[in-house]
Amino acid sequence: MAKIVIDPVTRIEGHLRLEVQVENGRVTDAWSSSTMFRGMELVLKGRDPREAWVFAQRICGVCTTVHALASVRAVENALGISIPDNARLIRNIIECTQYIQDHVIHFYHLHALDWVDIVSALSADPSATADLQQTVSPTWAKASPAYFKAVQDRIKTFAGSGQLGPFNNGYWGHPAYKLPPEANLMAVAHYLEALDWQREIIKIHAILGAKNPHLQTYLVGGMAIPVDPNTQKAINDSRIGRMKELAKSALEFVQQVYVPDLLAVAGFYKDWAGLGGGVGNFLAYGDYPQSNDGSPESLFLPRGVILNKDIGKAPDAVSQEKVSEYVTHSWYTYAGGDTAGLHPFKGETAPTYTGPKPPFDFLDTEAKYSWLKTPRYDDQPMEVGPLARLLVAYAAGKERPKALVGLALKTLGVGPEALFSTLGRTAARGLETLLMAEQLLGWIGELETNMGNGNLAIHNGEKWSPGSWPAEAEGWGFTEAPRGALGHWVRIKDGKIANYQAVVPTTWNGSPRDAKGNRGPYEASLIDTPVADPERPLEILRTVHSFDPCMACSVHVVDARGAEVTRIEVVK
Amino acid sequence: MPTDAPSLEARLAARGISRRQFLKFCGVLAATLALPEAYAPKIAHALETTPRLPVVWLEFQDCAGNTESFLRASTPTVAEIVLEQISLDYHETIMAPAGHAAEKSLEAVLAGSQPFLAIVEGSIPTKDGGIYCTIGGKTAQSIAETVCRKAAATIAVGACAWDGGWPGASPNPTGAVGVKSAVPGLKTLVNMPGCPMNVTNLTAVLAHFLAFKAMPALDQEGRPLFAYGQLIHNNCERRGHFDAGRFVETWGDDGHRLGYCLYKMGCKGPQTYSNCPAIGWNDGTSWPIGAGHGCVGCMSSHFWDNTIPVYERLPHIEGFGVEATADKVGLTALGVVAAGVTVHAVASAIRAKNSPEAPHDEREVAVQTPPKKK
Repeated sequence: MAKIVIDPVTRIEGHLRLEVQVENGRVTDAWSSSTMFRGMELVLKGRDPREAWVFAQRICGVCTTVHALASVRAVENALGISIPDNARLIRNIIECTQYIQDHVIHFYHLHALDWVDIVSALSADPSATADLQQTVSPTWAKASPAYFKAVQDRIKTFAGSGQLGPFNNGYWGHPAYKLPPEANLMAVAHYLEALDWQREIIKIHAILGAKNPHLQTYLVGGMAIPVDPNTQKAINDSRIGRMKELAKSALEFVQQVYVPDLLAVAGFYKDWAGLGGGVGNFLAYGDYPQSNDGSPESLFLPRGVILNKDIGKAPDAVSQEKVSEYVTHSWYTYAGGDTAGLHPFKGETAPTYTGPKPPFDFLDTEAKYSWLKTPRYDDQPMEVGPLARLLVAYAAGKERPKALVGLALKTLGVGPEALFSTLGRTAARGLETLLMAEQLLGWIGELETNMGNGNLAIHNGEKWSPGSWPAEAEGWGFTEAPRGALGHWVRIKDGKIANYQAVVPTTWNGSPRDAKGNRGPYEASLIDTPVADPERPLEILRTVHSFDPCMACSVHVVDARGAEVTRIEVVK
Repeated sequence: MPTDAPSLEARLAARGISRRQFLKFCGVLAATLALPEAYAPKIAHALETTPRLPVVWLEFQDCAGNTESFLRASTPTVAEIVLEQISLDYHETIMAPAGHAAEKSLEAVLAGSQPFLAIVEGSIPTKDGGIYCTIGGKTAQSIAETVCRKAAATIAVGACAWDGGWPGASPNPTGAVGVKSAVPGLKTLVNMPGCPMNVTNLTAVLAHFLAFKAMPALDQEGRPLFAYGQLIHNNCERRGHFDAGRFVETWGDDGHRLGYCLYKMGCKGPQTYSNCPAIGWNDGTSWPIGAGHGCVGCMSSHFWDNTIPVYERLPHIEGFGVEATADKVGLTALGVVAAGVTVHAVASAIRAKNSPEAPHDEREVAVQTPPKKK
């Protein structure tokens, strides 16, 4: 028996540490730890709720935009503000673009090297690679032997320099790599193509949001980017046209490169459809309102809960009262004891580090071992993210998601049970990218139609002035970030933030054990993972990367009445 | 350098890029740096010199926003930078190995004889022994100390690595500070604030360092003058509206759609030093004021505490439409910059002896001009 430590877990956002027990070449237990804490909610206290989004967005620069969206929705909910149709559409376009770009970056730049051996690509035959490309995706233009030869030469020159940069010490030649050299070369070419592609696609964010990352046109009550076909400084026909071009190029890449690559690579790794299953419960808040009525029914991606992998019936409704957070194994304490869970509105804050003094080799995983709290829904651990969303949409009978899932299962020759796995999680992200890329042009078109009809409203200013607010108000805002269900809660008193809280996707997925000792989704999914070489834990990275961890998002102080005490305690 | 020329041609050819195209984007870099065009070939040569400069990119209390900004690089692209111009030996978000294997990559750079560049993203917690950020069981502070002290130069990217950013905003729960405070006394520390920093500026600094083996001229706060030497307000595309007294009064009104000045909506352009208006974001696609929301002053010192409230207009600006006023406000608010420029003037004079032209004169003049009397 050996306990191995992976810290830093790389090719993720932020600071994740895994401690994993391995026996006879298999993982028998796992502990997930976040090793970084900042304290956004404490910083927000006492500030103007209209500017909370500017701060909250900076929780994460990879999931940029999503915390801004959840924040303005929470404040709008608290103050009873409805936003104009154009603002709803602009927000949908921004978020949809974020999904597409972020998922592609995850697949090619964060996850691909778990499956793709770059060194093997050096021995590929460029002509055979071109044949493979034309088989996998007959319409993609970059498919000539000369093209793949040029890519290979570029990598050869790089490797020949002896300076391998970020690829040095990779797990090249590991027995778990299964792709033939030509598939590896094709994937490396697309790694580079995707780098150029993402830089262009995200310009939709710059057009609507000034810049990426960290967009700057959100407003409580709408958006600050004007819409007017007759001026140069607003979203006009020319900018709509530019966004349409970018959206088409996004769809083209997802249809002709990402999804074909995903299915081709998956075909070599079907054993991973039987690994990495996790907790089997799934939560989706749903997102992309199709109207302004605020109902769950208006959401393009539906809201729901699935328990025990049961996708044979409609998902249960979501009740936010059932969310609670534990600190039994987190570096915080609760006044009423650390074994009870608390709803976010009753949350408490007292960061209390009890881990080993750095530098250290191992955490005490019997005690507290993470800066992440442990969210539970109805006391159950929940997986959130693209797989949860797709399963909820599937179980809810949504046509297009069902068709996409069916197509993928048929192509791979596997049954629905394959969805509950590392491979299923990775595939769901790709299928969702296609689903959303198909949707993007429609929302741009609706914005264009509104503009053409003379509907230029972007902001509801009725309650812009704090003088129009009640003395006290509280509200919550949900969104589905690329990595899963995201909720912000805000309490406003006398025009200032009295309490601000965020419960985010990676906290759900990466949480440590709860009071009953139930593992979080990362921890549960790693059980039974094969480990051929503990010094080169490639297989563990596959499963944990399939969740697309985002640690900066996940560490939060949930602020409550105890905040003043905390402030005195911390700021000595 | 005749021995290097074939290598350059061959490597460019392997990438399907003509020498002419390559020189063109070196020209873009030179322009960002405000260097005479004659510098372009020198930059081109430096970018092609092997071995490539090892770079260690450290992430501490960060959001990876500066890493994402880095991925948006276009002149040159991130692939060109990583594959052909530097050797990005350690960057947790991008690198293939994890855990011990990743630590080996860092150890190799530290143990090697080649000088390397450190880039730091995120703040560094100093409270309670630094336990609020550990990597591989070591504190961020100890890692920064080891790496930055040994580096030939350090670049702090983004607001957090500069002065603690939002984690360092009141009440600063973790004692978060920037590199300058966590590792005091570094000989070569370049600060590139912004939330995030603009990658066009970072690639220009990298190119300058590769070409001249030195950092570009800095102000007293260690910020490159080419990027942080001028007030947004002085170069703002909406300045004409400010001077004429045309302001956005409510979000979405006629003036907003026509691109009027955002001063009354809380814009911090009149006190923020940045080349945002000149280079824009995402290949110049847009920038905050251009898109209709005021500047939040993210390039300014401790902006999370000092430039809020976001939506309240800057105080003490009288006489709308008087051009001198904003210059005065800017110089008063950031007097340190003016002082820094004086220091820089000396450095620049020295440099002028070795250079065909002193490249930053125009900017110095712009900043050093005393405020006009009202």
